[in-house]
Amino acid sequence: MKKTIEGSFAVAEVVRDCSPDVVACFPITPSTHIAEELDKMYANGEIKSYTAVESEFSAISMIVGASAAGARAFTTTDSQGLALMHEVIFAASGMRLPMVIVNANRSLSAPLSIWNDHQDSVSERDSGWIQLYCKNNQEVVDTVPQAFKISEDTNIPVMVCMDGFYLTHLVEQIDVPQRDMISGYLPPRKALYKLDPENPITMGMYALPATYQGFRIDLHEDVIASAKNIKEEMEAWAKVSGRSYGNGLWEEIGLSDAEVVFIGMGSVMENAELAIEKMRKDGKKAGILRIRCYRPFPSEAVKALAGKKAVVFEKALSMGADAPLYSELCTCAKEAGVDCELSSIIGGLGGKDVTVADIEAMLSEAEAGVVKKVWGD
Amino acid sequence: MKPANGKPGTSMENKTGSWRTQMPVVDKEKCIKCGQCAMNCPDGCIFVTPNGAQPNYEYCKGCGICSQVCPVKCIKMVTEEK
Amino acid sequence: MSGVFENKELFKSGHTACAGCAVATGFRHIMRAVGKDCVIVNATGCSEIFTSAYPKSAWEVPYVHCVFENAAPVAAGVVEALRAMGNDHTKVVVLAGDGASYDIGFGHLSGMLERGHDVLYISYDNEAYMNTGVQRSGATPWKAYTTTSQVGSKIRGKLQNKKPMTEIVAAHGIPYVASSTSAHYTDLEMKVKKALSIRGPKFLNVLCTCVPGWGTDPSLSIQYLKDAVDTHVWPLLEIENGYLKMNMKPEKKPVETYLKGQKRFKHLTPEDVSEIQKMVDERWEGWVWREKVDTERKKELGE
Repeated sequence: MKKTIEGSFAVAEVVRDCSPDVVACFPITPSTHIAEELDKMYANGEIKSYTAVESEFSAISMIVGASAAGARAFTTTDSQGLALMHEVIFAASGMRLPMVIVNANRSLSAPLSIWNDHQDSVSERDSGWIQLYCKNNQEVVDTVPQAFKISEDTNIPVMVCMDGFYLTHLVEQIDVPQRDMISGYLPPRKALYKLDPENPITMGMYALPATYQGFRIDLHEDVIASAKNIKEEMEAWAKVSGRSYGNGLWEEIGLSDAEVVFIGMGSVMENAELAIEKMRKDGKKAGILRIRCYRPFPSEAVKALAGKKAVVFEKALSMGADAPLYSELCTCAKEAGVDCELSSIIGGLGGKDVTVADIEAMLSEAEAGVVKKVWGD
Repeated sequence: MKPANGKPGTSMENKTGSWRTQMPVVDKEKCIKCGQCAMNCPDGCIFVTPNGAQPNYEYCKGCGICSQVCPVKCIKMVTEEK
Repeated sequence: MSGVFENKELFKSGHTACAGCAVATGFRHIMRAVGKDCVIVNATGCSEIFTSAYPKSAWEVPYVHCVFENAAPVAAGVVEALRAMGNDHTKVVVLAGDGASYDIGFGHLSGMLERGHDVLYISYDNEAYMNTGVQRSGATPWKAYTTTSQVGSKIRGKLQNKKPMTEIVAAHGIPYVASSTSAHYTDLEMKVKKALSIRGPKFLNVLCTCVPGWGTDPSLSIQYLKDAVDTHVWPLLEIENGYLKMNMKPEKKPVETYLKGQKRFKHLTPEDVSEIQKMVDERWEGWVWREKVDTERKKELGE
């Protein structure tokens, strides 16, 4: 049943109903409301534990410890907080511990900015975490239970990315999945291994050159293989909730007959939906390819781009190189032998507005074959 | 899925005795079986037996702590011929 | 392995600590006192390296290591998870060096203590970053040579004093803080057991000789720790519910007894030694004074 609720509070509700054992958070705009609401739930006895730690570094460290002990563990953060977690982010996946972070995407300093872009989580793309980018709050609350399921099935941590402010602070009608629906879908965690005095194991060992590479390649291959889980969980969740988002890895809208395609991630893709709807009314064949799962990278998605012109719009930079999503799509297209014309546009950094009209203009430029590399001042 | 987890107590496979250049030799006649050597050994490799202290040379690195803490000085460190 | 050499300890032989490592001796005592029903959380450092090189482990109990500076919050996560899942008995014990405790993980340790997690945090203090090859830490004493507190023509060893960690931790008002050494095993085991009988955060500061770091003979690792206590350099004490108790008041030996033969101190002048003696005496008097005040106060309050 739909209700009017702020995105952050809806996230807290769905996290609560996923029955986490340990939640540890440090407040940082714009994810703070999620943390505050979870603490309120703890104060009301609605979740088993909540720890207000002294830093994001301790938040991720606590959920690493909790997950190692066999618990279902959750935290939320963004931007500087995620950057502070960086060291442990890599360790968490390397230790093969399931856990979920909701990252309220925000720009990175300097200059300091609290507003949205994707630089924080995109900068963690190589960490061995699954990354799922949501276009709206409905998708966020539908994705969190899937994230726990995928993570606990694969022993790979999952980051659910929702745009800071655009989604976290948006009050709208959301059908927040209820506990009974979630419990039918997400069983209690059964740890494959854990810290247990009855069955002691040594976790987080150090590896010599003879073994280190093997562990890293194994994780890499398992992250690639997790695409299957992501697809399956989208199907399973669709059965439970009646809602789905593409095949879980990517979402196509009007792609089959499109001549120009807008490619991107996150909430800007809802604007893109409005833009192509308008363009189609005007007789222009525009379409959308939304990358939902950034890691593992859905290389198969490029196949639908054959013979098309596309704008790859992204809110993140790889300083001194091509934009990350663009360069990865170019590589995939080349490897798959897909002939398409991709153009890179960077925009929306630090909360710069990207309107429906902007997206229309980007697609018109792509059609004409002249594309600005950076959108806006 | 291959986590870097280990099984308990498997360090026992490391026979650190090969590191040793000096070896403790116990004069069992003098040994009073007080257990000081066993308590202070970093490697847990000297044991008090009914016959007196007995080093486990499989693990003994030859640090000489046992010899040094022995109240009756019944453990001598001797250069090991290999 | 059976017979005479049967190793029933929870911290096994075959670890790859240096010959004469007092950290390893200390861990044996600690584990004897902790027992089986525990989770050990280790910070990156010597002990992590010498006990857990894949695939061989010296641990007979559940053990986890994550990174250098996060042993305290990892332990907090472990204990919150165990309690949330209905396990009310398993003890969570951190083993972390002075680098992890005094320095890089200091803020996270402070946070863990302030929040009151049911964790025993044991700092094994060998007074420098030994794992990376002897660099100075906040725990390195005044004037000591390390590879980053060099002895040159202008500067001769560490310019700063050792961080008063025991007092800093005690200032958090946690129920139990104590100091011990790897050599004083009766004291150490008593303190570990006592700490584990108390709910909430507990802290033990355990001095450990480091053979390569201190430049000492491996056979003397235990003797140096006895000397540290006998010279009043490292008092054995407990601060329980805020009240200080000194566990041992040995007749003071001159500080040279402890300093001599340690290569890290070999450049000390007689003036340096008397300055150290003065500092040690002042600190000792401070402890004795505080114990007196605390004892009187305890009496007054009828506790």
